Amino acid sequence: MKYRTVFDIIGPVMIGPSSSHTAGAARIGRTARTIFGRIPKQIMITLYGSFAKTYRGHGTDIALVGGLLDFDTYDERMPQSLKMAAEAGIHVRFVESEERTEHPNTARIHLSDERGKLEVVGISIGGGKVEIVELNGFELKLSGNAPTLLVLHKDQFGAVADVATILAKHQINIGYMQVARKEKGLEALMSIETDQSLSEELLQEIRQKSGMYAVTLLNN
Amino acid sequence: MNFRSVAELVEIAEMEGLKISEVMVRQEMEVMNRSREEIWQEMGRNLDVMGQAIEKGLSQEERSSSGLSGGDAKRIQKYKETAPILLSGETVLEAVASATAVSEVNAAMGIIVATPTAGACGILPGTIHTTAKKFQLDRDAMIAGLFVSGAIGYCIANNACISGATGGCQAEVGSATAMAAAAVVEMAGGTPSQAAEAVAIALKNMLGLVCDPIAGLVEAPCVKRNAMGAAIAMVAADLALAGVKSIIPTDEVISAMYKIGQEMPVSLRETALGGLAATPTGRALERQIFHNTKES
Repeated sequence: MKYRTVFDIIGPVMIGPSSSHTAGAARIGRTARTIFGRIPKQIMITLYGSFAKTYRGHGTDIALVGGLLDFDTYDERMPQSLKMAAEAGIHVRFVESEERTEHPNTARIHLSDERGKLEVVGISIGGGKVEIVELNGFELKLSGNAPTLLVLHKDQFGAVADVATILAKHQINIGYMQVARKEKGLEALMSIETDQSLSEELLQEIRQKSGMYAVTLLNN
Repeated sequence: MNFRSVAELVEIAEMEGLKISEVMVRQEMEVMNRSREEIWQEMGRNLDVMGQAIEKGLSQEERSSSGLSGGDAKRIQKYKETAPILLSGETVLEAVASATAVSEVNAAMGIIVATPTAGACGILPGTIHTTAKKFQLDRDAMIAGLFVSGAIGYCIANNACISGATGGCQAEVGSATAMAAAAVVEMAGGTPSQAAEAVAIALKNMLGLVCDPIAGLVEAPCVKRNAMGAAIAMVAADLALAGVKSIIPTDEVISAMYKIGQEMPVSLRETALGGLAATPTGRALERQIFHNTKES
């Protein structure tokens, strides 16, 4: 079931005009921001399908950048997000793609600064609900309905065991887990859905293990 | 036991002698592991946002930045208060005026609740507030009405779709209209199966409705479709309360909506490439609105 709670249907409270193109876009932006962990210096967003055709009318650009500034869907600063980003010296660029994607409301967000870069692909599936389907080239298959731990780490022995041990110590049960890498010894991604909510303390413990690049929690 | 379809929802309600709203509340408590008070309060806050949006849209003249929408809610309200004879009736027109008000606030980038989407955000506030007023029901009855509509929306969203880009306007305004019809039936004292009939009757009258927003803005024809969605919801509820039954079962109407959406060309699914958006006037308005920003 893609929609699990009644508040996916009656909600979110949001700034108009579109739940998929404004609220959903803000949530994709905010999720990317959470994974990146800080305000980026450069933002490049590629829009596909209906996003590409109607983003100006729906304020999709405004909402994506608002989300990247960490605004929630109902933040009244939303309409000023592009101006605020410019004032903060953030370089923002939008690209309209003609490429056909599986979902009509798709955005590819590329974030970077002197410390690193991140690429996230999000889809807005309706009513403000979103899914993250790709992270740094790794395909994600998340339900979006459970607390989700995303761990970008160095591809080396013991990484999975380190994370699993910490989860076990905190009595957290894993409902779904996916581990992927692009090339041996380089970057790898663990995506883990859990049955229980996770604490900040637990995330810190994971971050302190060797070879952990970024540890992010979604849907907690 | 959790429900996955409208038939299962009605079965649980009737077997256990519960209202649809109560089945939804119990499922939410179980699935999300939250208390009744917490859930009720959150829905209450949503109701408050809806009430504020109605008030704002009816009292101030909400103009959108494009100039395509705004002012109609006040216009309808004034006509309703002064015309000697109302063709569709006071109750329907009140729902229509309130739905228009919320939809105009949305177009002006005001604060609303997506029900199930922002493009269809006027229909539930308009119908639920009007029904509560006519039946002199309290705040809790309106909150219960929102849970009924949530239960129906939950079935539609999980078995079909609720976004215009996926299924056209029938998936947005159509879903909201069906959700509102069910809510109003329960608020008026109807049974769970009458609420389900109202869903089928309302949704079948929205089948095939395309999403063709002028200039890609959630304004025209969206605001007027919210107005008419509210009217259809009220009439569909009356039909169901009168004992009219849908020939095709509710869940099959929902799956027909989904299939129609899949067969709809991309140009009619929120791309502003077809329908009203592609008319000479629609195109001219688009050029006028984006004249200064298109090349930026």
